[in-house]
Amino acid sequence: MLLAVMSGFILASIVPFSGKLLRGRWSFMTTALPGALFVYFLTLIPSIANNQVRLFSYQWVPSMGINFDFLVDGLSLLFALMITGIGTLVFLFTSAYMKGDAYLGRFYGYLSLFMGAMLGMVLSDNIFTLFVFWELTSISSFFLIGFNNESKASRKSALVALAITGLGGFFLLAAFALLGNITGTYSIREMIGSADILKAHPSYLLVMVCLFIAAFSKSAQYPLHFWLPGAMKAPTPVSTYLHSATMVKAGIYLLARFTPVLGNVPAWNHTLTIVGGFTMLYAAFHSIFKKDLKEILAYSTISALGMLVFLLGLGTSEALLAMVVYIVVHALYKASLFLITGIIDHETGTRDINKLSGLRKVMMPVSIAGLLAMISNSGIPPTFGFVGKDLIYASTLESEILALSLTTIAVVTNMLLLYAGILTGVKPFTGVLPESFKEVHLPDWRMWLPPLVLGIAGLILGLFPVFIEGGIVMPALHSMYPMAPPFHLMLWHGFNLILGLSAVTILGGLLLYFLFKPGLRHQTWMAKLYGSSPEHIALLFSRKFRVFAAVWTRLFQNGYLRIYVLMIISFLTVLLAYKSFTQVAFYINPAKISPLTSTELVVMFILIATVLYAVYTPSRLAAIAAMGVIGYCICLIYVFYSAPDLAMTQFAIDTLTVILFVLVLYRLPKYINYSSWLIRVRDGLISLIFGTLISILALEVLYEPTNKETTRFFTDNAYTLAKGKNVVNVILVDFRGMDTIVEITVLTIAAMGVFALLKLQLNKYDQEL
Amino acid sequence: MKLLIFRTTTIFLLPLLLLFSIFLLLRGHYLPGSGFVGGIIAAIAFILHAFAFGLKNTRKLLRMHPLALMPVGLALAVFSAILPIFQGLPVLTVLWLDEPFPVVGLIGSALLFDSGVYLVVLGVALTIIFTISETV
Repeated sequence: MLLAVMSGFILASIVPFSGKLLRGRWSFMTTALPGALFVYFLTLIPSIANNQVRLFSYQWVPSMGINFDFLVDGLSLLFALMITGIGTLVFLFTSAYMKGDAYLGRFYGYLSLFMGAMLGMVLSDNIFTLFVFWELTSISSFFLIGFNNESKASRKSALVALAITGLGGFFLLAAFALLGNITGTYSIREMIGSADILKAHPSYLLVMVCLFIAAFSKSAQYPLHFWLPGAMKAPTPVSTYLHSATMVKAGIYLLARFTPVLGNVPAWNHTLTIVGGFTMLYAAFHSIFKKDLKEILAYSTISALGMLVFLLGLGTSEALLAMVVYIVVHALYKASLFLITGIIDHETGTRDINKLSGLRKVMMPVSIAGLLAMISNSGIPPTFGFVGKDLIYASTLESEILALSLTTIAVVTNMLLLYAGILTGVKPFTGVLPESFKEVHLPDWRMWLPPLVLGIAGLILGLFPVFIEGGIVMPALHSMYPMAPPFHLMLWHGFNLILGLSAVTILGGLLLYFLFKPGLRHQTWMAKLYGSSPEHIALLFSRKFRVFAAVWTRLFQNGYLRIYVLMIISFLTVLLAYKSFTQVAFYINPAKISPLTSTELVVMFILIATVLYAVYTPSRLAAIAAMGVIGYCICLIYVFYSAPDLAMTQFAIDTLTVILFVLVLYRLPKYINYSSWLIRVRDGLISLIFGTLISILALEVLYEPTNKETTRFFTDNAYTLAKGKNVVNVILVDFRGMDTIVEITVLTIAAMGVFALLKLQLNKYDQEL
Repeated sequence: MKLLIFRTTTIFLLPLLLLFSIFLLLRGHYLPGSGFVGGIIAAIAFILHAFAFGLKNTRKLLRMHPLALMPVGLALAVFSAILPIFQGLPVLTVLWLDEPFPVVGLIGSALLFDSGVYLVVLGVALTIIFTISETV
């Protein structure tokens, strides 16, 4: 199992370096991996029959409770099969679609990275590995959307998608941290046991909101939906795989997975129903006004995702069953429609629905696939889509509240989706073939076979739903709703209200298609609506934020060293003053202070004199020399208090520092007094206050009870354990040797930085001269 | 005249300071001193030379770019740190030779580690000072 999940990552790390080997005719070989994984997951179906689960556990960070616990149950296997199954077809499609692309290896690398991450996500039982895989899917999505990195629009869409899904990731981490804290376990399976504690916990709402934001951002729910249409800038295989069939369902998966843990609470159900219901209607409504095939599909995908969230919100056993079935239905027909769009785009060079027509004459198999996808999308019998839509209506009709309005929303959404399905699946193939498309020919079989397979699968599952009923659908339902009664998927329920609703939907959708043609008037109308859309508001916010960031940076990072020092010292002063006035009981015990000796007095006197000299001298070099004297005085104080190592180091360092300063300042022009007396007074005051506070702090530290245990350990064991008598040195090279290694590494980096910066500057001057 | 005295002193001081720096490095484990101070004092010795005879001559004397000292030092330190792994001991365990070395005394991998620190500090100090005095 570990190999199955990791194989995607392994392939991702090899493929980009395969060079020409995979760019040519062998590129379809990469299909072998998802294909093999699909077969592997198929063989796992018997092990979950009768609602059993299988756990594969591998240790990772056992000390922190983070392990690779892969749980195979109905829900995860359903997703795993979808990921690998559609993955196989997409990989195959890509090998022809992207033939000859210079970066095909990289593309396959990102795709398999995504596949591995997605598999890891749906199989993880540990919330933290789930989170890691979740973030990896966001990152691979970012790379894939920005794959055409020379296009500015691609890059922008990729950033928007990363920002939105990344935002969701933060909330997911917050939700998981809270969950782990409350339940004391990182395993979702074990959390189900403490579901009642969770639901009664005061933080329940917080966890729920965080989880919702994460799921809604990933699954493109209003108002976080707008990254998905932008993500269509990616090559079509990516749109098919990530942005309709699998990745956008990660949010759905998350909600489904946590339904037994957090679900069945009014707040949970109502929020999901409202958000899902609004999203499905809003997006379906938008989809019918679009001209670009991919944009239509993007909005109808958002609408379908809204439908899934809506069903999760209803939360009854029928609704969850409908959701499972609809996930499969949607993955089959939407992936197919996307692939068909890809073929059309590839062969004709356009995706504008007003230009496309009559293509059935040149690409028959594709038009069959389109028809199959459309009828599954529309829920026309005998496809699997019909089964799915039946279940949706059954669950809305049986809802305890607002059954009528919920059903109406579902029917209207389905009508609009049907309209969108006809636009994308049928319209390009009917009518008269324009002159300009006479040359268009059927593409490679690797391109037209995948959508056809998906379409036929939809048909077969519709005729014989028993194929997946016991193996997948019932176990998947069971993992969300353990008390679910047994249920049989059927194509034909007899004449009843549900059938009537289906007929109304189909007729309404067809009527809409024949009577309603979006015109210019609608376009301007939609453009006006854009002003209030969340996308517009988010972009406005990001622009304003950039202005704010610029002002903020100019205020605090203005490039003047003196201002930096001033800021830091003032901040510290305020902090220290606040702390010492509010929390420290201030007292000095004179008995505890050792008496001053005459030598110390002399050193102190020199120290004070040189400080004053350094401040008032008109010469730079003299000031630096004075600073050196101050350093040496401090060395002497170290010597008085028996710290020879410190004294020696301080002495050497001070010498070096003075040399360094002399080197730099020697070349500067003559000392001129730039600062006015007001600034000098201000600086003097701040340094006085700061110095006083530090002195108080130093005196206070003397009275704080200290823990001498560490000191005692070092002094006692320096010789016995490390055979050294110089404790300071033993600590440096032995007890805390790792620190020293890191320190010298940092030193090296700093020196290289100085070297690079100064040399770079030199080159710049040369160029200017 | 001033320069003449300075130069003559430097000729004698340079080897003395270098010897002193190595002396500090070696005695570090038992008495005040360590690779860090040793490295800085060695750097000061070379900088003194640079003041007296010019940077070019010091570079010639050093024969290598001071940048090159840093990776060597780092490698020495890391090598001494991972050496114990081959004997099945945790990283950074200090290994000791059985026989005391003449003059220096008992030698362990801590000395190797400290020599690494010495070289890194020498390299860092010289790189920074040389670069600044060349560019500014």
